[in-house]
Amino acid sequence: MNKLLASVAMAATIAAAVPAVAADIIVVAHGQANDPFWSVVKNGVQKAGEDTGANVEFRSPETFDMVQMGQLIDAAVNQEPDGLVVSIPDGDALGPSIERAVAAGIPVISMNSGSDVAAELGVLLHVGQSEFDAGKAAGEKLAEMGGTKGICVNQEVGNVALDLRCEGFAEGFGQEVTVIPTVNDPAEVQSKVRAALESDPDVDTVLGLGASLVGEPAVAAVEALGRDDVLVASFDLSAGFLQAVADGKAAFAIDQQQFLQGYLPVAFLALHAEYGLMPGGDVPSGPNLVTQEAAGQVIELSAQGIR
Amino acid sequence: MVADTQAHEDERLRAESFVTKLMKKPELGAIGGVILVTLFFLATADSTMFTLSGIMNFMTPAAQLGILGIAAAMLMIGGEFDLSIGSMVAFAGMVFGVFTVNLGLPLILAIPMTMAFAASIGAVNGSIVLKTGLPSFIVTLAGLFILRGASLVGLKIFTGGSTQLRGVRDAVEGDWLAPIFSGDAFAGLFGWLASLGIIETFKNGAPKIPGIPVEILWFIAFALVATYILLRTPVGNWIFATGGDTDAATNSGVPVRRVKISLFMLTACAAALVAIITVMDAGSTDARRGFMKEFEAIITAVIGGCLLTGGYGSAIGAFFGAIIFGMVTIGLTYTDFDQDWFQIFLGGMLLLAVVFNNAIRKRVTGER
Repeated sequence: MNKLLASVAMAATIAAAVPAVAADIIVVAHGQANDPFWSVVKNGVQKAGEDTGANVEFRSPETFDMVQMGQLIDAAVNQEPDGLVVSIPDGDALGPSIERAVAAGIPVISMNSGSDVAAELGVLLHVGQSEFDAGKAAGEKLAEMGGTKGICVNQEVGNVALDLRCEGFAEGFGQEVTVIPTVNDPAEVQSKVRAALESDPDVDTVLGLGASLVGEPAVAAVEALGRDDVLVASFDLSAGFLQAVADGKAAFAIDQQQFLQGYLPVAFLALHAEYGLMPGGDVPSGPNLVTQEAAGQVIELSAQGIR
Repeated sequence: MVADTQAHEDERLRAESFVTKLMKKPELGAIGGVILVTLFFLATADSTMFTLSGIMNFMTPAAQLGILGIAAAMLMIGGEFDLSIGSMVAFAGMVFGVFTVNLGLPLILAIPMTMAFAASIGAVNGSIVLKTGLPSFIVTLAGLFILRGASLVGLKIFTGGSTQLRGVRDAVEGDWLAPIFSGDAFAGLFGWLASLGIIETFKNGAPKIPGIPVEILWFIAFALVATYILLRTPVGNWIFATGGDTDAATNSGVPVRRVKISLFMLTACAAALVAIITVMDAGSTDARRGFMKEFEAIITAVIGGCLLTGGYGSAIGAFFGAIIFGMVTIGLTYTDFDQDWFQIFLGGMLLLAVVFNNAIRKRVTGER
């Protein structure tokens, strides 16, 4: 009798200890984890996983490689997760893989890039910033601050989202803008920006498409030349660039709050898996211009990989 | 008495045991590597990886890399390198995109013209190497940068400023040659097998694998043809002879120049084939296609048993080398490891495979 009672009690304890089946959510992004920008996205993904109890995995190709990224999405679909988060820098190349996920009945949310194609691929919603509009807002602000001739420094040539930022910048700025292609290397960016400023003294505005990879070296290049008339602005945040903004060495940073781009889709999909909840439309995570007054507060969070 | 006859017997006539013969094959290390990597993932990865759809999934990148790797292996056996093949993928992709989208040519013209374009650049590479006597490593390193830059400049010219050329899928839609270079083969068969429940399906009833991606078929066919050429034809002997000792080969009547230039044209065409397949599948091409593929292709060839000094190696080894690469690339996403560790794993596995391969070869061939 005692034995029976014991085993019943034990069974009850085991049943109580087994948690509800946690949602499996896979994130496939085009940016590498060694890119300071994407490490913040990844931090957002992990925080959302901790907060919701979902099993999350962050995956990305070795380089900016759309063919490989499509294969990673296919691999994720094969595992039939409860939710899939993708960035879509190239709708043509990734479309078939995403449509396959949608056809398989996997809820898909896009983030960061892909707002233009997300809906037609069957993606539930997009969390990100309109690249063209953000570039335009930056251009308008820089023109207002007195810029007359600009360069747009692109560190990831081939990424359409970045091309859109430069196009938006050119439109908002309303003056001559030259695009300078570079690689993912701050040292090279610094010398290229320096060369561009030296070869054309009329250039007084530099827009970088990434804070730590382009913004900081651009500030260094301007300082090295002793030009204090050059406006430097950059997309995204880094502690170093924000310090430059706070010190008045740089004009402003354009924050797309990519922590949210990692956090929100995972949180939405976890809620979707548990309760069937889903917001009714796209969520703009930015742009948010961080100027000198605000920069101080943001620096600490940026150093922690949250902003 | 017995020992005496053995000592006098000509060693070339001595019968070797089956195991020794097997061990002397350059591809043995790569096959061992495949087994090793398979065991590793069987132990660590989600079981989805070794379902039919999981296998197709890692065979696709393996096939794309393998087509380059087999060509790189043949060139390496012939004693040369081609570092420009990764950039050639981007460049040939752009050329193909311009032919189909901007000029609206049908595939029957666009594909041979893209191939001819690539082959002529390969021939130029080969001619410069032969004429200057410089190491092909250096000459094609220049090619790596020139072609990468030319893809960027060309894309901007032909798209009016963008670094990405879109619309290839629409341009080639309905072309009778398209199914040979894009999409999945045997779709009907797979749909039928799925309806019978032999192939897994998604909740909505669609088969988990719509067919065999065509690049896998190209990859297998290329491996078989390359192996046949290397082992069973005079051309194969010429390639081994050229890579082994150029002077000796020249003196014994091997057309060394022709062999080398043809091999450079072959690697360029292999890159163009990969470009055509991936551009048609993706529907677009951009300035970063094929990035780093030159190194991956050489690693594939080395895992496959090729010596960096030429004259030794195999195409089928490169075939298995590419499979190792594909398994590691995709396989890690099926495991619980944090993806930050990806490159460390990749590098570690490749090192292990090469060291293993090398150790076996040295023991068997008695090479120092």
